[in-house]
Amino acid sequence: MAATEHQRRSGPALELDGAAVRLGGRTVWSDVSMRVGPGEFVALLGANGSGKSTLLKVALGTLALSAGSASVLGRAPGEASRSIGYLPQRRAFDAGTRLRGRDIVRLGLDGDRWGLPVRAPWGRGAARGRAAAQRVEAAIAMVGADGYAERSIGECSGGEQQRLLIAQALVGRPELFLLDEPLDSLDLPNQAAVAALVAELCRSTGVAVLLVAHDVNPLLPYLDRVVYLARGRAVEGPVEQVITSETLTALYGLPVEVLKASDGRLVVVGQPEPPAHHHDRHDHSHAHVG
Amino acid sequence: MLSQEFMRNALLAGTFVALACGVSGWFVVLRGQVFAGDALSHVAFPGALAAAAAGVDQRLGLVLATVIVGAGIGVLGRATLSGRDGGVALAADDTAIGIAFTFILGLGLFFLTRFGLSSGGASGIQAAHTLFGSIFGLGAGEARLAAAVALVVTVATVAISRPLLFASVTPEVAGARGVPTRLLGIGFLVLLGVVAAEATQAVGALLLLGLLAAPAAAAHRIARSPVVGIALAGAFALVSVWGGLVLAYAVPSLPPSSAVVAIAATIYYGSVLLV
Amino acid sequence: MSADPANPHLGWNVLRDVGELVEYHFMVNALLAGAIVAVMSAAVGWVMVLRRQTFAGHTLSMMAFPGASAATLAGLPVAWGYFAFCGAGALIIGRVGGSERRTWSEESASIGAFQAVALAAGFLFVSLYGGVLGDLDSLLFGDVLGISDGQVLVLASVAAASLAVLVMLARPLLFASVDPDVAGARGVPVRALSVVFLAVLGLAVAATSQITGPLLVFALLLMPAASAQTITARPIPSLALTLLFGVGVTWLGLGISYFSVYPAGFFIATISFAGYVLVRAGAALLGVRRARPADPMPVDGVIA
Repeated sequence: MAATEHQRRSGPALELDGAAVRLGGRTVWSDVSMRVGPGEFVALLGANGSGKSTLLKVALGTLALSAGSASVLGRAPGEASRSIGYLPQRRAFDAGTRLRGRDIVRLGLDGDRWGLPVRAPWGRGAARGRAAAQRVEAAIAMVGADGYAERSIGECSGGEQQRLLIAQALVGRPELFLLDEPLDSLDLPNQAAVAALVAELCRSTGVAVLLVAHDVNPLLPYLDRVVYLARGRAVEGPVEQVITSETLTALYGLPVEVLKASDGRLVVVGQPEPPAHHHDRHDHSHAHVG
Repeated sequence: MLSQEFMRNALLAGTFVALACGVSGWFVVLRGQVFAGDALSHVAFPGALAAAAAGVDQRLGLVLATVIVGAGIGVLGRATLSGRDGGVALAADDTAIGIAFTFILGLGLFFLTRFGLSSGGASGIQAAHTLFGSIFGLGAGEARLAAAVALVVTVATVAISRPLLFASVTPEVAGARGVPTRLLGIGFLVLLGVVAAEATQAVGALLLLGLLAAPAAAAHRIARSPVVGIALAGAFALVSVWGGLVLAYAVPSLPPSSAVVAIAATIYYGSVLLV
Repeated sequence: MSADPANPHLGWNVLRDVGELVEYHFMVNALLAGAIVAVMSAAVGWVMVLRRQTFAGHTLSMMAFPGASAATLAGLPVAWGYFAFCGAGALIIGRVGGSERRTWSEESASIGAFQAVALAAGFLFVSLYGGVLGDLDSLLFGDVLGISDGQVLVLASVAAASLAVLVMLARPLLFASVDPDVAGARGVPVRALSVVFLAVLGLAVAATSQITGPLLVFALLLMPAASAQTITARPIPSLALTLLFGVGVTWLGLGISYFSVYPAGFFIATISFAGYVLVRAGAALLGVRRARPADPMPVDGVIA
């Protein structure tokens, strides 16, 4: 699964240029330009309602731009869906769901294929079957889920379910991996563990990662760049350039201060409350920084 | 036993209906759509009787009613395995489901009465056949048609099984991968409608869940792999139908549909106690 | 099932029609029994909707059919069968239910399997005594014409007792229904109340089955309460509305069925349903927002 196995695409994995999205008569964001290069680890930050999930939807091809252009792996969004891994916002499996983690991961490989799922137990069919099983094994090992992949997924903890879903997203060896708030509602040690895992996967498989988050701190050691969404606009660049008092003040049009704690963590103060408009996500009731 | 034509017909139709119920039933239980299935079989009742009262082939009324309502449920509702969503949405709508069921049965009663009037009082038998099945009364042509339709539905369900599983279990990811989750959901309910219509001829509108839910629920308790689960559901349904038909043949006062359901229920409660 | 010997005619003179109705003893009995059942059903159904135990009600009504047919097979009055089987069913649900936290799909599959078994057993009993041709319809859809004086008395007693129980337990029951955790912490015997309510629900189902038949029990048990609770969330007004709807629908349905060939159960169910649709449509148009709890209660009516 090393990077050299793929054709390394020379162009960016994801690129937006002057993009804008209108939803329900309101402009979510406009004039957004950003890119995620091959093998890069980029965080997409911003307050609630700033349109982070909207940007993911554009990348997935489920939402159309009203201005500007977007390209995913060199093609229009939605065309390259088989080369994209996606971890949607967290929701737990029904406690009694008896499917094994292994089966869930397997779906990431060929779940979208129609037709009779039977294979001849000889010749090429059998060989393909064995190869597929091996890839599922490898993906499970990659996320460290060997211990519980055989269990019913309903019995696994939230963190274990998430790892299996990451394996599902990556088993098809995608070139772009989109994660929608994976660290949300995890405690601090788990946030650190998942951040480290994603970074390791990014490094070992060469997949480009765009990870949506509230809080940049667990990701600080691994990020190449950040994209910060606020007030319908975006700023992109390295962390130390974007998450600064000057940049954020300019972005928000209000005094915003970025403080650096003694252990290196960044705290954003003065960030205004997001306006109360809808979005179809559950409420985040915990405090957040960043 | 096999020299009797009615028995051969019953076995022919019953075998393929059982397969269809087992395979679809596995997905019905997975997707938490048991009561949607129940609603479809209940709808078969007024559908069949409206057709009978209008002098049209009942099976036409059966299929039209179940398919239209199946599509309707698919378009109006949503069912996924997303824990809170799927469970809550359905449980919170138990009022709507209960009310819909009652209205549908009331409608069935209306057409039953109409049919009874127009046919000079044969409504008792008609009610029995539609509500509790008439598998021993199938002619050769009817049995072949039922078997053929059930076979087609079974193959169709197996053909969409992987995307359907993907869409049922992780719908957002499936959608991102290009699986048409909404269409699949509607299509599955339409297939389920056809299954309900066929099974109504075998076990009747009121007993459908005995073949649709019980064997599949037992399979879910026992097997976690989808392939094994689906196969097991089909096998349990087959055993129920074969066993039920043989029992009913041996003991004439035993209605075949009751016997089939009894065996299916035994299998299910057995799985509850033992697994 | 409904029409009268002298070929009655539903005219526009309501008073004359009603006068014609009450000339016949069987109609008077039907109206009395109907009113008693409607009141009981309304009250119990109102609590059932509040506790979100509609499926328990559904399961219990499924038990009514084998109850009635077993009684007929044994040569006993149908009402005995109804009360016995529904009562037993309530106790089973009360003991077994809620012991295991299960997924919705498992629970619904279990309820479905049980429903099929109950109905299959009922059909078996009917077949055994050869009642398929004659009795099946009335066993499934009720028989308002054959209500005896004794039956009316029994229904009145059962209804009175059940309502008395509900009234006495009103406050703790409400508390336990709406907020079981807090109520339990305050010392309210949530589990015991649950069992008591299920028993009362069983009795209500058995009683209602004698008017509408097991299959259409929800016409009186569910629809009036659902309609009323759409209109208002305040307990006393919605309860009053439920009673009003229940009795009104029953008498209207019974009255119309007297003049028609179609059975009472159909009219009661259809009028009830029409009322519910009207109320929902009206509420939607007027923008009345229904108070919906964010987390529904755990579904309590489960058979293993």
